[in-house]
Amino acid sequence: MTESDGLLTACAVPPPPGSEADLFPIRVRGLKNAFGPHVVHENLDLDVRRGEILGVVGGSGTGKSVLMRAIIGLQIPEEGTIEVLGSPITDARDDDDIDIRCRWGILFQGGALFSTLTVAENVEVPLREFYPEITDELRHEIARYKVLLSGLPAEATSKYPSELSGGMRKRAGLARALALDPELLFLDEPTAGLDPIGAAGFDQLIRSLQQTLGLTVFLITHDLDTLYEICDRVAVLADKRVIAVGTIPELIATDHPWIKSYFNGPRGRAAMAAAERNGALGTSGDQA
Amino acid sequence: MRAAADFITETDADGRAALVLTGPLTVSALGSIDRRLRALDGPFAAIDLARASRIDTVGAWTAWSLSQRFAAPITGASPEAERLIGAIRAVDDNTAPVEPLRLPVYLRVPEHVGLVVSGLGQGMLFVLGFLGQIVLASGVLLRHPGRFRLRALVHQMELMGVNALAIIGLMSFLVGIVIAQQGAVQLRQFGAEIYTVNLVGRLSLRELGILMTAIMVAGRSGSAFAAQLGTMKLTEEIDAMRTIGVSPIEALVIPRLLATMLMMPLLGIYSAAIGIIGGAALSALTLGIPFFTFLARIQEVVPLHDVWVGLIKGPVFGLIVATSGCYQGLQVRSNAEEVGTRTTAAVVMAIFMVIVLDAFFAVFFSEIGWG
Repeated sequence: MTESDGLLTACAVPPPPGSEADLFPIRVRGLKNAFGPHVVHENLDLDVRRGEILGVVGGSGTGKSVLMRAIIGLQIPEEGTIEVLGSPITDARDDDDIDIRCRWGILFQGGALFSTLTVAENVEVPLREFYPEITDELRHEIARYKVLLSGLPAEATSKYPSELSGGMRKRAGLARALALDPELLFLDEPTAGLDPIGAAGFDQLIRSLQQTLGLTVFLITHDLDTLYEICDRVAVLADKRVIAVGTIPELIATDHPWIKSYFNGPRGRAAMAAAERNGALGTSGDQA
Repeated sequence: MRAAADFITETDADGRAALVLTGPLTVSALGSIDRRLRALDGPFAAIDLARASRIDTVGAWTAWSLSQRFAAPITGASPEAERLIGAIRAVDDNTAPVEPLRLPVYLRVPEHVGLVVSGLGQGMLFVLGFLGQIVLASGVLLRHPGRFRLRALVHQMELMGVNALAIIGLMSFLVGIVIAQQGAVQLRQFGAEIYTVNLVGRLSLRELGILMTAIMVAGRSGSAFAAQLGTMKLTEEIDAMRTIGVSPIEALVIPRLLATMLMMPLLGIYSAAIGIIGGAALSALTLGIPFFTFLARIQEVVPLHDVWVGLIKGPVFGLIVATSGCYQGLQVRSNAEEVGTRTTAAVVMAIFMVIVLDAFFAVFFSEIGWG
């Protein structure tokens, strides 16, 4: 698979297999983010492995969303380097330099759907932007099956975001994030605000899409069930950096007070018990 | 040459044709062959994917829809392709896409006209209802003066009044200069250049000062009211206020309304004064009328009722500008685009109403002898 399929697009060529950039789609080194005198991150390192679901946790205000915004180029860091899919994000002078945007998909916390467009039109926006040569017919079909893949009924395609419930809006946002068949998926608190059944369904949807489409997923969450059910590894943000990355059993074995209270609190224990009942810990644990 | 997606047809020994897709079957490559694929005529015995180098869901969808169209099985699919096609097969319910209902043009035009007319009628009723709410809320505030939000009022007075001084001053100064200059050119033909003073003084105080101020405030603050309240409506802040027991009319509309009604006459007089100063400055430079002589002459030629005309119009124009801004803002229902259209509507409605009323006032005041 070394040949490029980028005949008509400005999209970056995938890195050669086996290279650093191929093994680690996201590499963050020595990152420092600050808003004026308020330092959010300092000397933060993080590697995301290809094909994994990495959960990012941390207390409120530890800069989980800021980290995601820095990785996708919306927040310019003070220091450090960020490489996504082999392209440097931190050296990009303006938005046009980030030519890997057709290879990632982002689900913002509130869905961030364009409110004046229908769900199907929302999914079509990135297709229209990056691949104008696609015929209207094919584009409509693509939008339709992406909406169906995201678990929405076909009737939802012609609805406006204001006519959808919160859970459906997240699914529509996911459909738009998947519009270009990305390799990388960023999810900012995908299950926040969903009922437990909806949240569990969304978790399963992410897992099955990740396995079917071979995605690498960067997932910010507060939801312990999500962590236990679908994350291969978990990165913990505290003290302005990533203090630990690993599977949940590995993290519990460390003796950092915040991690201990996070996973051993009443909610943590309940989520662990549920995961053990479902046998999720054994199957989704990272082997490395 | 980089690889591109393509297709060929192959006929095997038994004379059965197979459609063979080659190259990368991905979203970036398929756009160029989709049209040709749709123009194909069957029948095909199989859709062959053995020579596809890569595949994503768009490729899977293309293969799946081809196999549905020609009722042909997919062969030679890699495990990855099998997986993706399986995912598509699982969700595709084979229903035709839902086309939105589209009426023929001879029905659509009357429908649209009808909607506009009924919308206008309904809009009148809504405005009336909104004014009623304001009157009711004012009544409540009069009975419970402690609930009046003085800080909000002062804050709004600063935002829409004090902060507008610079721009209104600059605009009035320039308008004063233009009137004096144009007036002097015409009056010179009669040798009556001294009447430039009357022209600038009476026009500024009676008409232009307050009218220009109203237009500027409509553009500056009426639009801001509509956009603020509209956004608050979208983010459910106004619903939140209601549930806490705070009336949005009392907390948001009344302070803006009062601030505008109080500041408008002050801004109008200020604007007229600056306009007169502009006229005086130009007269001093080009007509040879000394600056202070011009100002002294103003006091002789401008009757006091001209000042009253400006002052009486001020609160009325302020009421119109603030009401249309707040009303349009609170009418926002669904999305960001509506905030934009409502803001535009607020400014257009305010300026239109101000000019209509100004004409009415002009006739009215000359009828009562304040000509």
